[in-house]
Amino acid sequence: MSWSEFFAMKGYAFYVWGSYGMALLVFIVEIAMVRHKRKITLQQLRLMRDAGEEE
Amino acid sequence: MAINWFKYSAPTTFYGLAGKLVPWFAGVSAILFVVGLYIGFFVAPTDAVQSEAYRIMFIHVPTSILSMFLYLVMAAYAALGLIFNTRLSSMMATALAPTGALFTFIALWSGALWGKPMWGAWWVWDARLTSELILLFLYLGFISLHASIDDPRRADRASALLAIVGSVNVPIIYFSVKWWNTLHQGATIKFSGTSMQIAMQHALFTMLLACWTYAVAVTLLRVRSIILERERNTQWVSELPEVKLDGGVQ
Repeated sequence: MSWSEFFAMKGYAFYVWGSYGMALLVFIVEIAMVRHKRKITLQQLRLMRDAGEEE
Repeated sequence: MAINWFKYSAPTTFYGLAGKLVPWFAGVSAILFVVGLYIGFFVAPTDAVQSEAYRIMFIHVPTSILSMFLYLVMAAYAALGLIFNTRLSSMMATALAPTGALFTFIALWSGALWGKPMWGAWWVWDARLTSELILLFLYLGFISLHASIDDPRRADRASALLAIVGSVNVPIIYFSVKWWNTLHQGATIKFSGTSMQIAMQHALFTMLLACWTYAVAVTLLRVRSIILERERNTQWVSELPEVKLDGGVQ
């Protein structure tokens, strides 16, 4: 079986890769969002601490 | 040796434990995805009836199972938080909801893409599909209800009630293919066994474990931020090295 045959999925390429592609996209976005949230949370904690020290 | 499990129900200790567990679950998940996809696409044979389209199963079934399972785990944590007033349980429930919602979305999406070539329709309003859509709305309702109440402890209690009441939907989804005449096929994997080809079983099981370890990793990472947010006025948070340090070190 050749690669082009593999990717064609016997005519079901759109449905098969559309399913896995969306799953991959969702996972990538979710991981990025969770990591971003951690970064922002830590930044806010440092800002809060700095504000507290100035008082 | 007796392990003091209650130790880990305190946000302070759980924060550290979660931090240690995240890379392990993430790593195992990545390996399982590679192995599962390899078996699913290169070892498992072409289906006699559905040709190559059936390979959607290896993402559709694991995400569908986990969409229901994660809801029950979320509702259980929410209930624990409501009954015992434990802060960490409510934080875990909040952390699980987005991942559960996203798994539900993938299940519905891949289901539509599987339904079109097999049934000739992206969507039908039958019992299985409709109850799974309601599951998505329950997750979204939980998330928005929690976000709409300012006081976090009140938000925990209100959304816990929603989660608990909504959990009746899970058995409805599971048994819908038995109780009603639906277009969706019945369970292939039953408690009594399965008729599925062995490589297909392996691919399905590996992908299920991959999705599960992924969900654990991403939930633990999310709950760490939630713990920091909600414990921000405590001494232990201000003493954490990642808070003390100003550089971009995580």
